[in-house]
Parts: sequence; C-alpha cells; structure tokens
Amino acid sequence: MSISKTAAALAAALVLGFGGAALAADKVPAGPGLGKEAPADLVAKWSISILPDGTGLPAGKGDSRAGATIYVRTCLGCHGTNGSGGTGGRLTGGIGSLTSDNPIKTVNSYWPYATTIFDYIRRAMPITAPQSLTDDEVYALVAYILSVDGIVKITDPLDKDTLPKIQMPNRNGFVSFWPAAPKGF
Amino acid sequence: MDSDTKRLRRVAAELDEPVAANGLLHRRAFLRGGIAFTGFAAAAVTAHDAAAQAAAATGEKLSARTLMTQAVMGGPFTAYGQPARYERDAVREFTVNQLTPGTGSSRTPHHVLEGMITPSGLHFQRNHNGVPDIEPNQHQLLIHGLVKRPLTFTLDSLSRYPMESHIRFVECAGNNGGFNAAEPRQADVQAMHGLLSSSEWTGVRLAVLLDEAGVDPKGKWILAEGGDGASMSRSVPIEKCMDDAVIALYQNGERIRPEQGYPMRLLLPGFEGNMNVKWLHRIQVTPTPTFTKDETSKYTELMPNGKARQFMFQQPVNSFITKPSYQINLQGPGYYEISGLAWSGAGKIAKVEISADEGKSWAQAALVDPVLPMAVTRFRLPWKWSGQPLTLVSRATDEKKNVQPTRSQWLKLYAPNQGYKFNGITAWAADGTGQIRHVYI
Repeated sequence: MSISKTAAALAAALVLGFGGAALAADKVPAGPGLGKEAPADLVAKWSISILPDGTGLPAGKGDSRAGATIYVRTCLGCHGTNGSGGTGGRLTGGIGSLTSDNPIKTVNSYWPYATTIFDYIRRAMPITAPQSLTDDEVYALVAYILSVDGIVKITDPLDKDTLPKIQMPNRNGFVSFWPAAPKGF
Repeated sequence: MDSDTKRLRRVAAELDEPVAANGLLHRRAFLRGGIAFTGFAAAAVTAHDAAAQAAAATGEKLSARTLMTQAVMGGPFTAYGQPARYERDAVREFTVNQLTPGTGSSRTPHHVLEGMITPSGLHFQRNHNGVPDIEPNQHQLLIHGLVKRPLTFTLDSLSRYPMESHIRFVECAGNNGGFNAAEPRQADVQAMHGLLSSSEWTGVRLAVLLDEAGVDPKGKWILAEGGDGASMSRSVPIEKCMDDAVIALYQNGERIRPEQGYPMRLLLPGFEGNMNVKWLHRIQVTPTPTFTKDETSKYTELMPNGKARQFMFQQPVNSFITKPSYQINLQGPGYYEISGLAWSGAGKIAKVEISADEGKSWAQAALVDPVLPMAVTRFRLPWKWSGQPLTLVSRATDEKKNVQPTRSQWLKLYAPNQGYKFNGITAWAADGTGQIRHVYI
C-alpha cells in the first residue's frame, strides 16, 4: 500500500476516531500491513471450533458405555448422577418443559446442535483440567449424555459422520434476531 | 429592593417550584441558584476570618490551630497509586466458589461511584474459567478461516497500527437479571446492576486487520476465541466486525487489566458483554455462526411459547438511580441531587425522565456531557424532599426512540425465570425516615 493512502487513512481515523460515529465499512483505514503469514501447522493446531455441519470434527469414536465410565470419573462431581445437575449445570432431562411455568434448560432439552456439546466439552471441560480428554473420550461423553434421554442408543458409537446427523429435540427452538428482529417482534 | 435581591427571590421561588410531583425541580434549578449559595458561603468566610484573628492574637504556633496533616511531612511516592485507605466500600463484590474461585462474576459498586468512567480495578468481571496469566511477548492473534492470507499479529506489531480511543460501556447480558424475582430483592445497585462498567478503550480497528487478511465473500461471521481455560468463544456477524469493532489493547490509558483480557480483548460497542471476548487469541472467519455453547445454551432468551430469541446482540436502553438507592438513604428533608446512569446499545441517550409519584408525573433530568453513543451517561436532577414517603423511578430514551418498558411489560415478553437483557423501569421507595427500599411498581 502507498504511504499517502496510509497517511490519508490515519488522518481520517484521527478526525473521526474519538467519540465519533462509526466509520462506514467502505472507509476502513489502511494499516501498516504487519501481519505475518500464519504457518499452516499453527492454524491446524489451533482450529478447535466445530460447526453444526460437522466441519472441524476430528477422527475417533466413542459410545455411551465408554462415556458412562468417563462421566463418573471426571464429570459426576459437578454435574450429578446421570447429568441431573449439581454445582455444574444440569445436562439431562427437561425435554418438553420449555413451554411450562418451570422451563428446564439442559443440554438435552435446549441445545440445538450435538456438535456444540463436542466443541464445548473438548475445549473447556472438565473445568479443573480443560483440554485433558482425548477425542475418543469426548465422543463417548457426548454419546453418554445424549443416551440418558434416549437421543442416541447406548450401543450407538458417535464419530465425525454420525454426530452432526443427530437431531436434537430443540433443534427448531430458536428465532434469529440478527440482522433484525423477525416480523411481529 | 436591588436587582440581585429580586433575582435571589425569584431563584428561591423557582427552587421551590417543582416541575413534577413530590418535589422534583427543574434540571437547571441548582445552576440558577448559584448566587444564593454564594451568599451563604460569603457569610461563612467572614466568621472564619474573625476566629483566625482571635487565635493569632494569643501568639500560639500555627500548628496548634490548623489540621494535623498541615503540621507534618506527608507520605512518600508510590509506584502505582491506590484509593484512599478509607474507601473500603468501593470494591467489587463476588461470591467465592471453592472449586472454581475465578469463575463467575464480580460487580461494580455503582452506588459509591460518580461520573461516567468506571475505575479499571472496579470493572465488572465475568470469567468462565478464571483469569489466565498470559505472557504478552508470547501472545499471538491468529486470523484464519475464509481469508486469502491467514495472518498472525503480535502485541508489538499491533502497537504500530493506527489507534482509536472510544468511551464505551461493556454490560453482561445477565445484568439486571434479579428483577425477574417474584418479590423485589432488597439489594443495592451493585448487586442489581453491577455487571455494567464504562471505560475508555484504545486499540486497533478489527476491520483493518480483516482487510489485511482479505475476507472471502463467503465469510459472513467470525468466531472469536479467548486464550483462557474456557477457550471462551462467540460468533460475531461480519457486518459488526467491519464496522466499529476494535481489538482493544488499553483501558483508561493503561494496558488492559488481566481480568479484562490482557493483553487484548474484542470490543463490540453496544453488544452484550460475553461477545467482547477477553484474552483474544484467535479469529476464524466462517460462513455461518458456529453455534457455540455461549450463543445457544446461554445468552439466548426463552419466550413464553417455548422458542428462544437468538443473536439479539444489542444491549437495550436502560437506566438506574444511584443516589438515593438501597442503603444510600436520605438524611432528612431538604435539597438533594438525584443521580444515576443511563445507557443504550443502540446509540446515544436522548432523554432521562424521573418520577417521584410512580410514573404519574415526570421531570426531565440533566444529561452530563459528554453524551456518547454506546456509553454510560450520567444524569442528575435537583430535588426537594419534604419528608413524605414516595417512590423514585427513572426512564431512559435513546436517540433511536427506544424507551424502557415497565417491568410487567418486559416480563410478558419472556418465559418464567428468563433473566437476560432486562431493561424494565426500576424503583426505589423512601419511607418517612429516608430509608430506601427496592419496590416494584
């Protein structure tokens, strides 16, 4: 980029920056271009997000029976027997309660995508030792939690192909307010 | 009668002429009354001079009649200043969980603060797995996904980009959530409204960095991720990222505090606090939202029909009165200045009205300059309290004409126990002794 473009952008930023209205998207000031090309292996190592279509899911698999053992060892202390809740959130039950006077929001009653469960356990749980579980263990834990409410069978192994296909009970329970509230709100 | 005397009498009459019920005065009444107050001050100075002359006649040392602190050497320099040791109430409030001591929230003590800026050490916290200890020279921000050139930025390289400074609020979407309780909680402003803070943030426009990486036209969202023990992550629409989003490096002039995201956080003016990802280390441009835990299971608003609002990012127009408020009681009948804060994620505050009769009549409060978009605005109103029991409420309107609803109007929009994004009108009741209680109107 030319120096004069940078200077003009800097001047624009100075004029409009402090307390001013947001610049329109077509007036993005130019920067000095100091970003370094990210090594492919760094991008691969840090890419831990999972999209609802399964993008980002790793190899590996696990079923509910394996998950139950891991659950007792690493989760039960906070999340209670069969995910019934404790100092940590309630994970299971509550399906069909969302229109009642006492809505119970759990993983199984409220979360729209099973991919989110995998993403969250793998990045953040258990809270005292985040990112300490193997991918097989995470698949197994997702299978266990879902099996408590019969969303998957005890014998069904989950992997990167089967997990995104799971239809969560509250899959259609959300109304997007971006970019604007839907009609009637 | 000279003109000053006439003016004093007129001012005195105005001071006692309410513009709304129960003693709410014109917002400029104290300003107009300046001469009257100067008159009282002049009388006091005369009395002081007479006392000083009497003491001087006895030949005693000055130290015998001045302040203790005027007669001794003062304390040494300190490398980093701290509040006065007597200000022990001006602290954040939090509950300690033994297993996860850094997880949860701490709240800003607005009931003992003034002005529009929250001191950095009193900014609220909402941490999902404690405060990480990040070495700034090791920290990198990665931008990847649907971009032409995946890039990394260090703190040193970002420090060479054009900087912007903006005074903006950050508010947790769960702030004010206690107002959905069946009975009014008897709790102070800190407990009820303390997940709101206001700072001057300085940093680099996110759009500059995204432009440098070259966003693919298919990239409609980003995923922003923190380098904390929760790897807290949120999706943000690309429109916001290309508009006023900032990678903030400084807060109130100094590097961002550890608990606010050191060495860098995402600042999304007006959007719910959770999205302003702290300890920011990774931005992935994506075709869709990622539907992370915190934008599905949390920070979505369940409605009575069992459906939940999602991606309702903007914090709604809101206000509360800090003086008087619960435990900030009235000290007997007389003149007071009602003071409080108003803010909106949609822009500037346009108007704050105060009622002392549960909303039957309203007086417009003065807004303290500067009134900035997506910033906290201080409001003030002179008031003469007669000593009668009454209820004080505030109601804010923003420049987009959004007005705070009543609490019952707000409750109708949501399922029971839904506590995100509460912005209903709140009320403090004074009894005949000046004790303040929280009430619903």
